[in-house]
Amino acid sequence: MLHLDWLLLLCGAWLVVGALGILALRRFRFVSHVLFPLGGLICLGVFLVALSAIFESPETAILPLGLPGLPFHLRLDALSALFIAVIGSVGAGVSIFAAGYFRKGEGTPPGLLCLQYHIFLASMVLVVLADDAYAFMVMWETMALSSFFLVTSNHRIAAIRKAGYLYLLVAHIGAIAILLCFGVLQANTGDYTFDNMRAQNLSPFWASAAFLLAVFGFGAKAGILPLHVWLPEAHPAAPSPVSALMSGVMLKTAIYGLLRVSFDLLQMQLWWWGLILLALGLVTALFGVMFSAVQTDMKRLLAYSSIENIGLLLVGMGLGVLFKAYRMDALAALALTACLYHVASHAFFKSLLFLGTGSVLHATGERNLGRLGGLMRYMPWVAWVTLIGVLASAGLPPFGGFVSEWLLLQSFLFTPGLPDPFLNMLIPVVAAAVALVAALAGFAMVKFYGVIFLGQPRETKLAQAHDAGWLERIGLLWLVAGCLVLGLFPVQVIEPIGRVTLLLIGQNLADTVRVNGWFLLAPMSVDRASYAPLVFLVVGAASFYLAVILVRLLYRGKLRRAVPWDCGYPAGNARMQDTAEGFGQPIRRMFDPFFRMDIKHPTPFDEKPTYSVSVEDHFWHWIYLPIARATEAVAKLVGRLQQGRISVYLMYSFVTLIAMLVVVRL
Amino acid sequence: MNWSGLFSQLLEIVVALLLAPLLTGWVNQCRAWLQNKSAPSLLLPYRMLRKLFHKESVVAEHASQLFRVAPYIVFGCMVMASAIIPTLSTDLPLSPAADAIALVGLFAFARVFISLAAMDIGTAFGSLGARREMLIGFLAEPALLMVLFSASLITQSTSLTSIVGTLAHREFAIYPSLAFAGIAFTMVSLAENARVPVDNPATHLELTMIHEALILEYSGRHLALMEWAASLKMFAYSCIGLTLFFPWGLAEVGSPGEMVVALPVLVLKLTIGGALLALIETASAKMRIFRVPEFLATAFMLAVIGMLVHFLLGA
Repeated sequence: MLHLDWLLLLCGAWLVVGALGILALRRFRFVSHVLFPLGGLICLGVFLVALSAIFESPETAILPLGLPGLPFHLRLDALSALFIAVIGSVGAGVSIFAAGYFRKGEGTPPGLLCLQYHIFLASMVLVVLADDAYAFMVMWETMALSSFFLVTSNHRIAAIRKAGYLYLLVAHIGAIAILLCFGVLQANTGDYTFDNMRAQNLSPFWASAAFLLAVFGFGAKAGILPLHVWLPEAHPAAPSPVSALMSGVMLKTAIYGLLRVSFDLLQMQLWWWGLILLALGLVTALFGVMFSAVQTDMKRLLAYSSIENIGLLLVGMGLGVLFKAYRMDALAALALTACLYHVASHAFFKSLLFLGTGSVLHATGERNLGRLGGLMRYMPWVAWVTLIGVLASAGLPPFGGFVSEWLLLQSFLFTPGLPDPFLNMLIPVVAAAVALVAALAGFAMVKFYGVIFLGQPRETKLAQAHDAGWLERIGLLWLVAGCLVLGLFPVQVIEPIGRVTLLLIGQNLADTVRVNGWFLLAPMSVDRASYAPLVFLVVGAASFYLAVILVRLLYRGKLRRAVPWDCGYPAGNARMQDTAEGFGQPIRRMFDPFFRMDIKHPTPFDEKPTYSVSVEDHFWHWIYLPIARATEAVAKLVGRLQQGRISVYLMYSFVTLIAMLVVVRL
Repeated sequence: MNWSGLFSQLLEIVVALLLAPLLTGWVNQCRAWLQNKSAPSLLLPYRMLRKLFHKESVVAEHASQLFRVAPYIVFGCMVMASAIIPTLSTDLPLSPAADAIALVGLFAFARVFISLAAMDIGTAFGSLGARREMLIGFLAEPALLMVLFSASLITQSTSLTSIVGTLAHREFAIYPSLAFAGIAFTMVSLAENARVPVDNPATHLELTMIHEALILEYSGRHLALMEWAASLKMFAYSCIGLTLFFPWGLAEVGSPGEMVVALPVLVLKLTIGGALLALIETASAKMRIFRVPEFLATAFMLAVIGMLVHFLLGA
């Protein structure tokens, strides 16, 4: 059997699992302990099949589904296989975690949730497999709808319904743009298969139109500025495993779409496309990381951090387009490798972090950072596992996030000189901004981890928090393993990624990387730049353990537990620690113009002084509210026509008739 | 890997471990002289370390494991950093494992852990220190990266040994981009090592401290490790500066004998550098904490301008 057949079979298996969920609608134990782990096993299968398919030649199939005369075309090439591998591998961890996560009596019945969840997984795989616009759009919409229902699974809460509505709205505006993009790409031939689109030779004007439509459409799904507003609402509203899938995996399907259109379906790349992607990516990344540093809700913080990472992905892609447009294929491959590497590492660490917040949410019932703290003592397991995610997310060696950042910075540094001096000057500025984003991400992550897990508990009830169950632990460990593999074995991970760049650009970075041995990552030559995470880890660990052993042997020091010193101040309590607001205060102060802040200071005469600060997004007030108001005004105008009296409507018909007659007569 | 490489690698680590407290002592001594005080002994940091190692360690009752492992992690990071920075020789077997970007990542790793450990106890000072340290870090880290990038644009490499090797072998030339980078680097190192315009290593004045607030809860051997790591960090930063901007006198691959000369040269360079640091510290006043971002943003801008100058002038 071909790989593609196996994948279709596994997608079918997901649907069967989902259908079984419907049959056992309220049998909670069966759904959580049988169906979700089964779904996780299928994920694992998908991962393995996709991984081996990356190294094979493309496979195609035609499914006799859909409208008569319009069957679904499917195609499995290296690009789609890589993204399916990411979906499968992350999905496996999330599914196992979900088996332990969902509780009785929360919103949607477990069986229905199981159906929506598995349809969501299957639609993501099929979006990536689709090889004609029709199949793509059907799957894309299935993905949007199934995720909408998952987001609103706690639909009794009004805020969640509202978040879901916003998500659906933006997703559909994006979908229209994608549809128009395909319309441009088929160039009036009436044939909507991707093969036909590849064969078209569009004029630069139409190619640019298609590209811009794709940026808009996929950007709405990925959360590119200014289409990001739904993301920090919808991702936190969903149950944690779903947030993990949406942030970790679903956003990547938009990246996939953008890559597919700009490198595969379009036969040319113009240099200013790269510039647009670079600019959008940088603005998105800076905006995302600034906002994530000032959030007070742990899941919103992570959602904004996802916006930041999408920005970094766009920067990598933009560099790739820029280099490709100037025929610097080796550099384009390097930039694109960085982008694809980050796709994988972000998928793993962000899912891990979202699942960690899920465990915290279950153990404490709190999402607000101001009511958490000190959880490392009560849930050490989750705390240590989340620490790995935090370090990877902060882009620290030797974890996955660092490798992609390293590759991205290398592709800036090795720019040998673009033909345009203006672009040449831009490169260091962009590199500086990327470095700034990476460092700010560290700030946000220290805040996230420190406020939730470290310090003293800010509420007394936190002392009752329990650690994650065993199914949840397996899921978390799987994702930790992913972060470690991505961080420690870059040479091996670049093998499959190289296949994708070979397909898109015609250059395979793995060929140059492979010659330096299995542990040394050197994209150009060892003299120019190299990084060996395993050696790094071994030496670091060796000096750590040597220090521990020597100190133990030489000093046999005693340890005494006492009250904290705190500069001798005796009356310290948990309320005196930094809150999330306090920790973010320097950022609020430094980047003041970027936030729309509402701060209420207490006066000296207040009986019960309260301090509150809310940080909002300018875009909401600049773009979305005006549009909403304009829509409402237009609707009101149109509404005047509706009088509700039959005589008035008859008069409308009469007037129309007269008008038509006059027109015909003229 | 050959034996002479291994030897120079080990020698570098040992020299860093031994000389780092001496550098701290020397800077303190110079500062005392410049401020017309009677200077402490040059060996005071060693005695301090010895005393602290022998004392029992008092740990807050609700401190987690993270608090206890953090000193070892920070210390390990700094040892690793001093292993990959070429101070005596460019023949370092560990050098391909981590380049300039990884070095910055290593410092960031240590910073994240020291900040997390400070937040672990949950005192007001700890979280205050952590917040300020991360604030400084997020501006200083990209600035340091840009400084290193200016050098790697000239040498077409991010490997520290190749950067130093190439810079040392060029005929003497003044690179305008390196001049900007040099100023930026000086500012960054002052901030990163908790020196005067940004932080004052000599006070425990509660409202202004940064580094001291971070390690406030540590005592005994843990504090000793933290202090030693801080000295190592200062040593590492000094060595980065010396190797980037004064890259002469290092031994090279195949001539381990040159290290006999390299060591005294290094000591001489550090002596002058330490005295200059003390002079800067004495001549400047400590800034308000909210002026620090401006200070560091200036450093960052200077470093970026350095890179732009490289592209403009091609040097």
